[in-house]
Amino acid sequence: MNYNVDEKGYYGDFGGAYIPEMLYPNVEELRTQYLEITASSEFQDQFDSLLKSYVGRPTPLYFAKRLSEKYQTKIYLKREDLCHTGAHKVNNTIGQILLAQHLGKKRIIAETGAGQHGVATATVCALMGLECIVYMGEVDIKRQAPNVARMKMLGATVVPATSGSKTLKDATNEAIRDWINNPTDTHYIIGSVVGPHPYPDMVARFQSVISEEIKSQLLQLEGKENPDYVIACVGGGSNAAGAYYHFLNTPEVGIIAVEAAGKGIDTGESAATSVLGKMGIIHGSKTLLMQTHDGQITEPYSISAGLDYPGVGPLHAHLYASGRGEFISITDDDAMKAGLELSKLEGIIPAIETSHAFAIFENRKFKPDDIVVVNLSGRGDKDLNTYIEYFNL
Amino acid sequence: MNRIKSKLQEDKKLLSIYFTAGFPEINDTVNIIAELESNGVDMVEIGLPFSDPLADGPTIQESSTDALKNGMTSETLFSQLECIREKVAIPLIIMGYFNPVLQYGVEDFCKRCAEIGIDGLILPDLPLAEYQAHYQDIFEKYGLINTFLITPQTSEARIREIDEASDGFIYMVSSASTTGAKSGFDKKQNDYFDRISAMNLKNPQIVGFGISNTETFQAATRHSKGAIIGSAFIKMLRKEGINGIPGFVQGVRG
Repeated sequence: MNYNVDEKGYYGDFGGAYIPEMLYPNVEELRTQYLEITASSEFQDQFDSLLKSYVGRPTPLYFAKRLSEKYQTKIYLKREDLCHTGAHKVNNTIGQILLAQHLGKKRIIAETGAGQHGVATATVCALMGLECIVYMGEVDIKRQAPNVARMKMLGATVVPATSGSKTLKDATNEAIRDWINNPTDTHYIIGSVVGPHPYPDMVARFQSVISEEIKSQLLQLEGKENPDYVIACVGGGSNAAGAYYHFLNTPEVGIIAVEAAGKGIDTGESAATSVLGKMGIIHGSKTLLMQTHDGQITEPYSISAGLDYPGVGPLHAHLYASGRGEFISITDDDAMKAGLELSKLEGIIPAIETSHAFAIFENRKFKPDDIVVVNLSGRGDKDLNTYIEYFNL
Repeated sequence: MNRIKSKLQEDKKLLSIYFTAGFPEINDTVNIIAELESNGVDMVEIGLPFSDPLADGPTIQESSTDALKNGMTSETLFSQLECIREKVAIPLIIMGYFNPVLQYGVEDFCKRCAEIGIDGLILPDLPLAEYQAHYQDIFEKYGLINTFLITPQTSEARIREIDEASDGFIYMVSSASTTGAKSGFDKKQNDYFDRISAMNLKNPQIVGFGISNTETFQAATRHSKGAIIGSAFIKMLRKEGINGIPGFVQGVRG
């Protein structure tokens, strides 16, 4: 089986472009041009050069000795938390801002949940001198205040999304509405592997630098390119898509996706889409979706704003449905505990999104000689308030 | 003959009204439709509310949220409309987003529509290619007309493709915007109306978005077969309720 997107924009049964006609020209412009532009040597040179000198790539692949000792397996951490702006999100925004320039766009819009993608977008807009408008749920603006301030310092306008649950889903709705109202001069930088085709594939390609580096780094460290497992947290799923990308069609590499169970799968306050979702349409993509019997999209819950999304990228829906990926959901409490443990054992404070991925070691056994790579997608500075409140620090 | 098709053959400019089912009150649906017909409205789009209406501005978003809070569902709407054909004869279209239809089951949804006497569907986020590949046969089996949208940004080639795929009318969105974003038309929009008119499409066009009164109704229908009013009607309903319908329709017809 092939796990890459097909020519119609589908991953198995998932994907496509379920968009109103108002968006058709914008999305079609991208669809017909993204492969050609991103494959050009001019684009590749610009992209590689910025990833190296501005983002700080390659990020290290670090052998976590104490964590490995505790869990009796070989754990490597892919240090995306060391990227400029503190998370993997910037890999994608660098790629998309260059693409926007090639398309002659003057105005950039984005949605953000935790604020990491908003900051990464505001950063590249400042770098390129382009106008930047970031839509963010009113609830998230309150719980992620430092990132709101960062976006403002970077010159972006932060617009609160006041509809629905006032979180990531609603911020995305507002960004899409902005794009409908500004169809010619504006590029929409989606922050995850969600949305209509070609976004899921385009974002996955920009993030695929993560697994490309893992391969060459592992070859140097272990004498082989392929780990036994790659683990990543999944909200929309962009860091996971990047970490899995070059291993998708290598069945001997196990793919593990960690979703947010929130307060527990059966509590009604969860964001574990693979367990709770059914096939549906969200933000232009056919994918697994948390919804009512009647097809209304329901409000997810997770302690981490970045995993608080009722859908999941169509690639991940396909990995789940086909059995290629192993999906595990982790509660708020287990994630917080794992975040604290990583801090104490390795001296790395992870983003709460990323903490979910580390909680897997209490829930699943690995063999002593397994090589397990965890994608450390972001650092925890933005979550300090949540950690302080949770642990009474 | 499908009621939409016979209506399109009448020698007049058609006034079509959109409202969100379940708003302002859950059981207003049938009364609103009947009142619209008795005041001379030619066609009604019954909005099936959705939690995440991407193409809609604040007015229709809020009416959808209220309707869902009131408990509106696909099943509730169908049961309210069960006997609608004993009361009204004008064409009725259900307009909504694709996900609720997908969850109901596209075939089951179409079957219920046909049993009730619904004449067509407008599902803006069901793309032409998907419709043709998977659903066109079902729509045709139940005699439902599917209506596609065009906008000022739609290329001529795409408009021709949509015209070829349509069998009723084309929903001509007046500007690059969400619903209720603008009122009135500028020169660019009038040029767009002229441009589409000059294409001599096989399907008549009905203009939507930006129409709220006599002036905009007349401007929109100068070259087209009719016009659809949504947000302005919902604003009126929120303020005046069903009693405001006669005054609203007169205000548009002039």
